[in-house]
Amino acid sequence: MTNYIGKAVKRVEDKRFITGKGRYTDDIILPGMTHAYIVRSPYAHARISSVDTSAAEAIEGVVKVFTGKDIAESGINGIPTGWQVNFKNGDTMKEPPHPLLVSDKARYMGDAVAIVIAESREIARDAGDMVEVEYEELPAVADAKKATEAGAPLVHDDAPNNMCFDWELGNPKAEVDEAMSKAHHITTLEFVNQRVIPNAIEPRSAIGHFEESSDKYTLYTTSQNPHLTRLLMCAFVLGIPEHKVRVVAPDVGGGFGSKIFHYAEEALVIWCSQRLKRPVKWTADRSEAFMTDAHGRDHVTKAEMGFDKDGKIMGLRVKTYANLGAYLSTFAPCVPTWLHGTLMQGLYTTPKINVDVTGVFTHTVMVDAYRGAGRPEATYLLERLMDTAALEMKIDPAELRRKNFIPAFDGVKQAGYQTQVALQYDSGNYQGVLKRALEMVGYEKFREEQKAARKDGKLLGIGFSTYIEACGIAPSAVVGALGARAGLYEVGQVRVQPTGKVSVYTGSHSHGQGHETTFAQVVADRLGIPMDDVEIIHGDSESVAFGMGTYGSRSLAVGGSAIVKSLDKIIEKGAKIAAHKLEASEEDLEFAEGKWTVKGTDKSVGFGDVALTAYVPHNYPAGLEPGLDFSSFYDPANFTYPFGAHIAIVEVDQDTGKVSLKRFIAVDDVGNVINPMIVDGQIHGGLAQGIGQALLEGAVYDENGQLINGSYMDYTMPRADDLPSFEIDRQVTPCPHNPLGVKGAGEAGTIGSTPAVVNAVMDALSPFGIKNLEMPLTPERVWRAMNS
Amino acid sequence: MATTIQVTVNGKAYSHDVDPRTLLVQYLRDVLGLTGTHVGCDTSNCGACTILVDGKAVKSCTMLAVQADGSEVKTIEGMADNGTLHPLQEGFREEHGLQCGFCTPGMIMTSADLLERNPNPTEHEIREALEGNFCRCTGYHNIVKSVQYAAKKISNQEKVA
Ligand code: FES
Ligand code: FES
Repeated sequence: MTNYIGKAVKRVEDKRFITGKGRYTDDIILPGMTHAYIVRSPYAHARISSVDTSAAEAIEGVVKVFTGKDIAESGINGIPTGWQVNFKNGDTMKEPPHPLLVSDKARYMGDAVAIVIAESREIARDAGDMVEVEYEELPAVADAKKATEAGAPLVHDDAPNNMCFDWELGNPKAEVDEAMSKAHHITTLEFVNQRVIPNAIEPRSAIGHFEESSDKYTLYTTSQNPHLTRLLMCAFVLGIPEHKVRVVAPDVGGGFGSKIFHYAEEALVIWCSQRLKRPVKWTADRSEAFMTDAHGRDHVTKAEMGFDKDGKIMGLRVKTYANLGAYLSTFAPCVPTWLHGTLMQGLYTTPKINVDVTGVFTHTVMVDAYRGAGRPEATYLLERLMDTAALEMKIDPAELRRKNFIPAFDGVKQAGYQTQVALQYDSGNYQGVLKRALEMVGYEKFREEQKAARKDGKLLGIGFSTYIEACGIAPSAVVGALGARAGLYEVGQVRVQPTGKVSVYTGSHSHGQGHETTFAQVVADRLGIPMDDVEIIHGDSESVAFGMGTYGSRSLAVGGSAIVKSLDKIIEKGAKIAAHKLEASEEDLEFAEGKWTVKGTDKSVGFGDVALTAYVPHNYPAGLEPGLDFSSFYDPANFTYPFGAHIAIVEVDQDTGKVSLKRFIAVDDVGNVINPMIVDGQIHGGLAQGIGQALLEGAVYDENGQLINGSYMDYTMPRADDLPSFEIDRQVTPCPHNPLGVKGAGEAGTIGSTPAVVNAVMDALSPFGIKNLEMPLTPERVWRAMNS
Repeated sequence: MATTIQVTVNGKAYSHDVDPRTLLVQYLRDVLGLTGTHVGCDTSNCGACTILVDGKAVKSCTMLAVQADGSEVKTIEGMADNGTLHPLQEGFREEHGLQCGFCTPGMIMTSADLLERNPNPTEHEIREALEGNFCRCTGYHNIVKSVQYAAKKISNQEKVA
């Protein structure tokens, strides 16, 4: 039995994790390894008058202390960004330098000032406390909108009004204004999509290892994206030859976006190792992670949606100030623009859309992609508008959506749907997912219960979210035209060993997604061999030719497709060898169940036999190269567009303001599914993060730019007893443009869930006339609203 | 300055000189090389470092190595019995209770303590018992099922025995 696609195969990788044999970066110990501690600015904005390292360097066991001055003098560059978004007038965005260690000014709380290298972690930390830095504290600004106002402190002198770029997309503003002026009803919401902190449970870590004898460098790092990290670090930061650098991202304990980016610490440990000729390890502690991992979201938004008298959407107008933090992280400029503005069509036929985004520097840590990246912000805006409009116009929220849904299309017989905001959706059936979700929730019955409960003073609420996302990131030429400085293809190599065992090298990276299982299912199924005969290798630039890593729900849609391309080449070449062995013509052969059979006969030759012949080519087709090993680049034709319908049911405690999430129903359509167990797991995890943003999480910077909830004591992570078990189901609308028909499942849960929960709370609170509250919906916030 | 401690870890007796400020988790990871126990925070909130000390779940970042002197410690590496997975290990695999695996050792050890005290926990009791262990990947849904799987398996084994 070699039928694996669509089966809930148990994960191959689990064995090592459940026995404590996972190998994460911090688990690695190299001979002669030293430990680094980074001295960071306690101020959000401060001039650095002096740095005195003498006391620190006098401590026994301290190897060396480097400061921003050493970095500046070495002539290396700062951390680059991978995306360019220009001003509306065509001017290039502001792209201020981001040095590995700062020498003149600290620009956020946590900005790196010096690095101490010592024989142990403890000594490094002790010595770090002895580095004397004299700061002159300066006024700071943490809020994106305030940062653009006159008189706000500047983060970078050459970025007036702290503006990095301004940008718009969609129909010309005048056309949208015109459409809105004719609207029967306009729903307006002003809100903050608050900053959240990704909080992978494994803190970031990096080990730099320079070997003088071979002039080679190895970087072990907690990365979702080892090849891109190598490229950025070698070519843009350190100026060292790429072929001399190996980047390994071993087992990685979750990423959620925060480990996509090339961070300064990665380049620092390599640079220090090269100077000291010893391995250097740095591992963040959690407080440091809170301060320095790139955060997500943080939009200040005003959104208006116009409707005709029947509830048809006539126009959408959006203005957003997007906080980018103090420097530009790897994908920062594209998140609030091309991953956000392009989603404003949602599932609806909105004829006129204008979205305007200002990217803003503030004295806070970098903001970049966090699970969903831009798409949750877009979905939040649209879906909050829909439920609010339904309430205002007294139309049922499910009905309002149905009125406005784009009709079903499969992308094959019916063309894709061209949005007003650049994208062309591939395939969709939006009514279907909503219908199923309503069935699951028992909608009518719930409305009756709700009425009855209200009479008893119980506040029940139901909230909807019907979302779409753009995944399978992304066609290189398209993103290139939009400012990407990299291609977004993926690489997949299939190496058939002489014995018919198969090693697969993918540029995609698993940090929880289960590639070693899902990808092996695809390979084994296509080749008709047992899964045990397939090994998936990823995360090491020395074994994998190249790769663009894992984010944007792209692993299977792009990485999987690259593997399929190579499998096709394997099967094609295998057929030539098989034909020779069977003394038949290729056209007369069919390949199934791991063997080539002469059609209509029982003459066949097995995969293993063909593999061996490819490597022992004694009796072999003339002119054919030996070997059975192919590598392919797959560059997708389009994004993929998963979608779904989420429904939340909450109860609000009138005495305490506490929101309890009673039920959460999610019906997602992520295209074809290779491993339903893994896909369900991705949905669950995504839901928890989206619900976390709605009810619990939020980074708080005070007006001095101090991150005041930068620990697990203060930042409310969703715990097991905060969440219910989820009720999930699936619809399948295959992606028409990739060979597996898959769309991607990593971000769906997060993108859909947040507005569903907030909408449910607003529904529960509607007897109080409350229409909008800022997230997270803490008991205090809800109680105050009910009692004011 | 160093203090000598004697501990039994996963059935093996050790004696080491340790710096008095060494945390138990650091001792396990750095001295014994038992890197299955993870560090996820510096405020004793995440539970990634949970182990069993004399049969009770303890966050090993809250304890100094010297405090473990004379104790019996069990870590994730000691959960399987001669290659046979513990029912919790099996449960996490069967029910897809892990994704990145970083929280998993702590989850398993905390659950082991729970099942010792309460062999038949309800979903609510499982969620309450695990509230000191963060998982950012799974949304806890399948972790609950994994613990239920193990509870059932253990009770069936006991019926047979
Ligand atoms: S490391 Fe987080 S509780 Fe011990
Ligand atoms: S499996 Fe990744 S944190 Fe739990």
